[in-house]
Amino acid sequence: MLELQEVHTHYGPIEALKGVSLEVRQGEIVTLIGANGAGKTTLLMTICGDPRATSGTIFFEGQDISRLLTSKIMRSGIAVVPEGRRVFTGMTVEENLMMGAYFQEKDSIEQQLEYVLHLFPRLKERFSQRSGTMSGGEQQMLAIGRALMSRPRLLFLDEPSLGLAPIVIGQIFEIIQQLRQEGTTVFLVEQNAHRALSIADRGYVIEHGHLVLHDTGANLLDNDEVRKAYLGG
Amino acid sequence: MQPSFMPAAIAAGVTFILGASVMGIRLQPAGISLEVTSAPTHVYLGLIAASLFVFILQYFRLTERFSRLLKSSQESKVELPAFLRTQQQQRLWTMLAIGALLLFPVIGSRGWIDLATLTLIYVMLGLGLNIVVGLAGLLDLGYVGFYAVGAYAYALLNTYFGFGFWEALPIAGALAALFGFLLGFPVLRLRGDYLAIVTLGFGEIIRILLNNWTEITGGPNGISQIPKPTLFGLEFNRRAAEDALGTFHEFFGIKYSPEYKVIFLYLLALILVLITVYVIRRLIRMPIGRAWEALREDEIACRSLGLNPTMIKLSAFTLGASFAGFAGAFFAARQGFINPESFTFIESAIILAIVVLGGMGSQLGVILAAVAMTILPELAREFNEYRMLLFGLIMVLMMIWRPQGLLPMKRPHMELKRG
Repeated sequence: MLELQEVHTHYGPIEALKGVSLEVRQGEIVTLIGANGAGKTTLLMTICGDPRATSGTIFFEGQDISRLLTSKIMRSGIAVVPEGRRVFTGMTVEENLMMGAYFQEKDSIEQQLEYVLHLFPRLKERFSQRSGTMSGGEQQMLAIGRALMSRPRLLFLDEPSLGLAPIVIGQIFEIIQQLRQEGTTVFLVEQNAHRALSIADRGYVIEHGHLVLHDTGANLLDNDEVRKAYLGG
Repeated sequence: MQPSFMPAAIAAGVTFILGASVMGIRLQPAGISLEVTSAPTHVYLGLIAASLFVFILQYFRLTERFSRLLKSSQESKVELPAFLRTQQQQRLWTMLAIGALLLFPVIGSRGWIDLATLTLIYVMLGLGLNIVVGLAGLLDLGYVGFYAVGAYAYALLNTYFGFGFWEALPIAGALAALFGFLLGFPVLRLRGDYLAIVTLGFGEIIRILLNNWTEITGGPNGISQIPKPTLFGLEFNRRAAEDALGTFHEFFGIKYSPEYKVIFLYLLALILVLITVYVIRRLIRMPIGRAWEALREDEIACRSLGLNPTMIKLSAFTLGASFAGFAGAFFAARQGFINPESFTFIESAIILAIVVLGGMGSQLGVILAAVAMTILPELAREFNEYRMLLFGLIMVLMMIWRPQGLLPMKRPHMELKRG
């Protein structure tokens, strides 16, 4: 579904991604783990076209998207839940969700809204509340809901557990699994390696712009190096 | 709280120094030069009394209750008065207000009608800038540039090609929009302070260009004898020009009065403002309006949703500028004479103040603020040299009491049909 071939990305003279090749197949949860500054977010942003890959190709559903405009890519069936949630704090929950459906056909919006509110009953309770007044967990749910409003076939999540209480993280990860069961492919970038690997089909480990390990989620959880570096021994 | 000596003394000192520098020094013409002389003693006695008053006020912390008052007023929610809650009521009151405005020339004196026309120009400018600053959140300090483009578009088209007001109006709007579009490109990547500086520069460039391109624009001498708008070809002068259809008073068989012209200009401005309000109201409710607001709140989130910030910013700049173009063409027609002096930075500042005072993004607020900003200085004319002082005081008090503006924006709520 998504395939990266030898992707390099530069920030000015600094090379942030040094030839990354990776694959996400239909219906999978794939996770990317790594330390701060390893290039996790850069990899995600490169797929979205900002910053643009300096070399290499990115295929989404067989089409080369590495030269497309960000706005085009984000309308082609990919949605991203950005790091730090970034909900529109001055708008209500409803309006946030409607922003997510900006490019959708009118008749399909209602159906999708129903689906998102079913997935996150909490958002239904807060429907006309200003999103800036909600808790971090609720805002994260809203950010995911907003991304889902565009009916993505592939969903990117950038650090969905950031700054949330463990119980809320648990809820979010349950939702992610539920999404996969309902047919959405998920690409998950996480620092919370334990949680991410336990729900992932496959995982990649990134270090200094290189992918250093690739295996199934369960195997990575057992891997000694991974345990030492990311799971606290 | 304990009485405190030092802050009180400092406050009193500041009062005295500020007061003395404003009122204590006089400039006297002496021959061809100016002499600085000191003000009469009673002024200083007054200043000392004022400083003492400030000292006592501070010393006994009478201000504590005052500060509590400030706090409570900030926290209190802004709600619409009861008679404006439902949509029907709002519509009714809007209709009544429009009716009253239409009838205003019947009761108002000539001076007031003139002032009202000027106010309406500022309303139009405020509403236009509100798109850029209030909704899209792009701080534009050079808005007067587009106003100038509109005004000179009509003036030049008339001087060189004999265009009438009605032919020139759409061209002036389109030309201003084009300038907005062109300015939009270089500033797309800028935000906040940087954007403000570049737009400020743009406004100045336009003014300086007009000032120095003497062969075409007449430079500082400006362009005069710009004709007034006509009513379907009927002029409002005593005698019709050679190629005109005739004059208003002859056509209707009434006696000539210069008041008709003033009233006509007022009604024309009113209609232009009503159209502006209507168009912008529609825009706000359209997806592009929501996109402007989303962009103001979070550009990265906008990009993640597939919105194209470039297009959104350009549309805000272009549309905002076009309204300034219309206002400019009308301004040129009303004045009959324009020169670059009318388009200095202070105009941009006033328009921006209107938007901020009114409450960013709120149309009704902007209208009220435009009225306040043009009528208050007029009412305060008796205070003469203290006018600007008063003005500054009002601004400071506004920022303390209502930092969100007179009538903060109440965003139109979208609802889906359920069931």
